[in-house]
Amino acid sequence: MAAPHFLVHEKKDSVGVVVVEGVRKGQMLTGWLMQGNKTLRMKCLHDIPIGHKVALNPIAKDDTVIKYGHDIGKCVAAVKKGGHVHTHNLKTKRW
Amino acid sequence: MAKAAKKTAAKKAPAKKTVAKKPVAKRAKTTRRKTALDRRESSDRRIAPKTAKRSSAKAERRTKAARRATPRRKAADRRTVAKRGASQKPTFMGWRRKNGRVGVRNHVIILPLDDLSNAACEAVANNIKGTMAIPHPYGRLQFGEDLELHFRTLIGTGSNPNVAAVVVIGIEPEWTGRVVRGIAKTGKPVMGFAIEQNGDHQTIADASRVAKEYVQAASELQREKCSVKDLWVSVKCGESDTTSGLASNPTVGNFIDKMDAWGATTCFGETSEITGAELNCQKRGKTMAVGAKFMKTWQAYMDEVIEPYKTDDLSDSQPTKGNIEGGLTTIEEKAFGNLEKIGKKTSYIDVLGPAEAPRKGPGLYFMDTSSAAAECVTLQAAAGFVVHLFPTGQGNIIGNPIEPVIKLTANPRTVRTMSEHVDFDCSGILRREMTLGKAGDGLIDMTIRTCNGRLTAAEALGHNEFVLTKLYRSA
Repeated sequence: MAAPHFLVHEKKDSVGVVVVEGVRKGQMLTGWLMQGNKTLRMKCLHDIPIGHKVALNPIAKDDTVIKYGHDIGKCVAAVKKGGHVHTHNLKTKRW
Repeated sequence: MAKAAKKTAAKKAPAKKTVAKKPVAKRAKTTRRKTALDRRESSDRRIAPKTAKRSSAKAERRTKAARRATPRRKAADRRTVAKRGASQKPTFMGWRRKNGRVGVRNHVIILPLDDLSNAACEAVANNIKGTMAIPHPYGRLQFGEDLELHFRTLIGTGSNPNVAAVVVIGIEPEWTGRVVRGIAKTGKPVMGFAIEQNGDHQTIADASRVAKEYVQAASELQREKCSVKDLWVSVKCGESDTTSGLASNPTVGNFIDKMDAWGATTCFGETSEITGAELNCQKRGKTMAVGAKFMKTWQAYMDEVIEPYKTDDLSDSQPTKGNIEGGLTTIEEKAFGNLEKIGKKTSYIDVLGPAEAPRKGPGLYFMDTSSAAAECVTLQAAAGFVVHLFPTGQGNIIGNPIEPVIKLTANPRTVRTMSEHVDFDCSGILRREMTLGKAGDGLIDMTIRTCNGRLTAAEALGHNEFVLTKLYRSA
């Protein structure tokens, strides 16, 4: 298959990572779920820079965000499926 | 004090006046060890013939083994030719030092005890081509644990097998002598010089004479064939982003899994950056006791450093501004990506203090270090690691004066915009063009080439970041 737009570590994850430059709002994205080697398709709601995360499902405020199959912090502002997940809506539970 | 030092030195090594052609040369010396001349003579007489014999015997043995192994592999794994070649246990050409350790570089270093001696060290390195000064900002009025770490780092740096010989320069003879005696335990040529009662001019003249002998002697030392069991590899990532956790760190992990099975000694660190994945890291300890030792180290850092000084996201320091630009959002996310570096199967067998040398034989070690690149690599080099793997996302450009730092990245933008810093490009993993196994094999190949003498990007670009870890304010 062609090079994917985003990658997902594990089945349980609520976010994927954009791995190409120039992803635009409204673009149809192809993803690769590395665990189990599956292909995903999803519409993107924002311009997302390379390396940044995209929500695979709607995430509500105070939900735990999962990546690598693990807790990587809490959602502080609700995100829709295909939305950009970064410092504006995800915070550490640590320091 | 200088007189006393002079006397001790003379008593210790009465027969070694050959190098000090002028009587004045004695003045600044605090301790005298084997001179370059002695070493060259003895190496001509004893070591050289033995070495030649040993390496040729080894080579013969390996050819037979390789011949035996080849047909079997052909039958078993016909699919990828490259993989078959690279997955074989490799050998490399290194310098075997007197203490048995193997180096992949042959530096003669001019090592200052303290900030005050940097100028003299740099003058000596400027006089004598092929030597290298390693300036740094500390070494005065430190005390307790912080002072011990200072000595351990300097002695460890001089003792690293990538270093053939050392000239130590300090402001006064006592602490200078301590560094010299520490390095001398490896059996390599080392001599110390003190500036007080001599001044910079005299010290530089005396030290330059010795440095010249050392560098000439070092230039005659030969590489020999060595096994991966002789290879000590450290790993640490920097300016990570989400591509680090997806591809470049797992590539290092694949390397570690393969090299661990072959008996290499490896090391990871970055105490603060395990936060969020500390329980997963604990589970990777070989035994419950080692896991508990890790947790104790991690918790101590939390209690003593993070708790008293913390802010939200440590004032955007952890994750760094670069990490955030690259898409990393929280320390937990960064930590899980970081931990990908130790592979899927390998367990760490011990927990080391900063700059502490491993003592439990081959295997993976955790070292209590800062997560700042140069501080961490300096400590790992001081513990005796000879080659470093440095996965980066956004493009950390770090190097080290004595330990070659191999840089790999999976971020296609970094490959495009900073290619001069990248030794190994594994961005193909993200495009599904390259498997992790193939990337690991490619990294092994690049590591062996580096050990055999290929200059890393950081070496070619002159990156010599030597940064001492300071535990608290000086007295």
